[in-house]
Amino acid sequence: MTIETVQSEEFLTHSVRAAKRKRAVRVWGLRLTIIVVWLGSWELAATYWIDPFFYSKPSAIANRLYEWFTIGTDFGSIWANLLTTVEESVLGFFIGAVLGVLLGVILGRSTYLAEVLNPFIKAANAVPRIVLASLFIVWFGLGLGSKVATVVVLVFFAVFFNAFTGAREVERNLIDNARILGASRIAVLRTIVVPSATSWILSSLHIAFGFALIGAVVGEYAGAKSGMGFLIANAQGTFDTPGIYAGMIVITVVALLAEWLIGTAENRLLRWRPKVSGSAVSEL
Amino acid sequence: MLIELRGATKRFPTGTGGIHTVVRELSMSVDSGEFVAVVGPTGCGKSTTLSLVSGLEPASAGAVSVRGAPVTGIPDGIGYMFQTDAVLPWRSVLDNVATGPRYRGTGKREAREQARDWVARVGLAGFENYYPHQLSGGMRKRVALAQVLVTSPSIMLMDEPFSALDVQTRALMQGELLRLWEGTGAAVVFVTHDLDEAIALADKVVVMTAAPATVKAEFRIELDRPRDVEQLRITEEFLAIYRKVWSSLSEEVDKTRKMGDRK
Repeated sequence: MTIETVQSEEFLTHSVRAAKRKRAVRVWGLRLTIIVVWLGSWELAATYWIDPFFYSKPSAIANRLYEWFTIGTDFGSIWANLLTTVEESVLGFFIGAVLGVLLGVILGRSTYLAEVLNPFIKAANAVPRIVLASLFIVWFGLGLGSKVATVVVLVFFAVFFNAFTGAREVERNLIDNARILGASRIAVLRTIVVPSATSWILSSLHIAFGFALIGAVVGEYAGAKSGMGFLIANAQGTFDTPGIYAGMIVITVVALLAEWLIGTAENRLLRWRPKVSGSAVSEL
Repeated sequence: MLIELRGATKRFPTGTGGIHTVVRELSMSVDSGEFVAVVGPTGCGKSTTLSLVSGLEPASAGAVSVRGAPVTGIPDGIGYMFQTDAVLPWRSVLDNVATGPRYRGTGKREAREQARDWVARVGLAGFENYYPHQLSGGMRKRVALAQVLVTSPSIMLMDEPFSALDVQTRALMQGELLRLWEGTGAAVVFVTHDLDEAIALADKVVVMTAAPATVKAEFRIELDRPRDVEQLRITEEFLAIYRKVWSSLSEEVDKTRKMGDRK
C-alpha cells in the first residue's frame, strides 16, 4: 500500500515535470515560428512586391547593423553614439526620479501643499512636454544639457504621480505605530512612508526609463551632434530606411537591458513581499 | 493615579457638516500595574478612549492626564498594540522588534541585541530573519507584542489585539500576554468586545454604554493570579462574574442592535 503511494507520487511529479518541459518547448517553438514567418514574409514581400526603398527589408537592416558595429557609422563609432544617448537618459533618469520621489512624497504627506499646488501640477502634466525639447536646445545648446533637461521633465512626472499616490496610501496604522514607538517626523518619512511607497515608485521606474530613452532620442532628433536619435534623424534625411530600423533596434535592446536591470533591482528591494503577485507580473 | 480621564469627550466633524460625538463625559482611572479591560458593544468608541490616552487624538473637552500631567503629545512609557497588523512588512522579525529602540536612539547592534531577547521571550526564537508575510496571524501578533514590550512601557494600550485570531490561537495568546505582562509591572488598558476575554485577563472590567460611549459600570475581578486562562473559563467563580457583568453589558448590546435596525 505504502509502496504504491510512493510510486504514484513519483510518477505524478515526473509527469508534471514532463508536461512542463513539453509546454516550454512548444511555447518557444511557437515564438520562433512567429519570428520566422514575420521576417520571412517581409523579406519576400520586399524582394518581389513592395519597394524596399521605402519599406526596407530584414537582410538590409541586418547588413546596416553589421556595418555599424564593424566599420562604424557616418558619424563615428556606433558605441560613441550609443554612449551619448545612454549617458543622457541615465543622467536625466536619476535626476528626474529623485526629484519625482522627493516631491511626490512631500506632497503626498502634506494635504495642504498638495491642495495649493494641485492645479499647477495638473496643468504642467497636460502640457505636451516633448515640445520642451526644442526650447531646451535654444536654452542649453546642442550638447548634453538640453537632452538631460528633456529627459528629466519626462521622467519626473511619471515618477512623481506614483510616489504621490504611494505616499498617500500609507496605512495610518503603521504611522501611528511608529509615532508611539518614538519616531520623529523625519524618521516616519524615511522608515515608513518611503518604504511603503517603494512598490509604487518601482513600478513607475519601468515606464520612466522608457520615457528617458524617448526624451533623449527626441532631444537628439531636435538638434545634436551625436547619439542614436541623431543617427536616426540623419538616416531619415538621406532616405536611409535600413538606418532608421537599425537605430530603432539598437535602442530597443538598450531598453530591454534597462528593463531587466530595473526588474532585478525591484526583486531585490521587494524581497519582503509574498511571491505570488511578483511572479505573476514577471510572467508578463 | 497613573491614567485619569475626567469628563473626556471626543467629537469628530462628519462629512456632511454635522458633528459626531464618539465619546461623551467619560471618566475612569487606571492605577499603575493594574490590568483594566474595557468592554462595550461593537463600534461604541472604545478605541477612541485609547487614542485619547495615547495622545494620538486630542480630547474635544474634559481632561486626560497621565502621571498627573495633561496629555498633549504622546506621553513617555506608552506602548500601543493595534487591532490590525502594524508590523512593518518590509522588515524581518528581528528588525521589526528593534524598531522602537532604534527610534529612541539606541545603536543598531544594541537594539538588535534587545530585540533578539524579546523575540525569544515571545516564543519566536529561530524566526528572527522571517518576513511578516511568512508568519501566521498568531505569530505576527507575537511580533507586535515583542515590538511593544521591548520598549519596556509602563502603560500598555491594547486595541482588540487578538480579535482577528481563531478561538484557539486567541486563548493561547491571552495566556502568553498574561505570562509576559506579569513580570513587567506595567498598567494595561485592554479594549475588547469579548467579555470572556475581558474577565479572564483583567483586574477591573469597565463596561461602556452604546454610542456615544461613556462608562456605565465598573466591576472588580477578584480572581487569583497567576491565572490559567483556559481552565478559568469553566470555574463557577468565573461564570458568576460573567453573569453579573453580562447583565449590565447586554442592555447596551441590545440598544446598539436596535440602533442598527433603525438604520
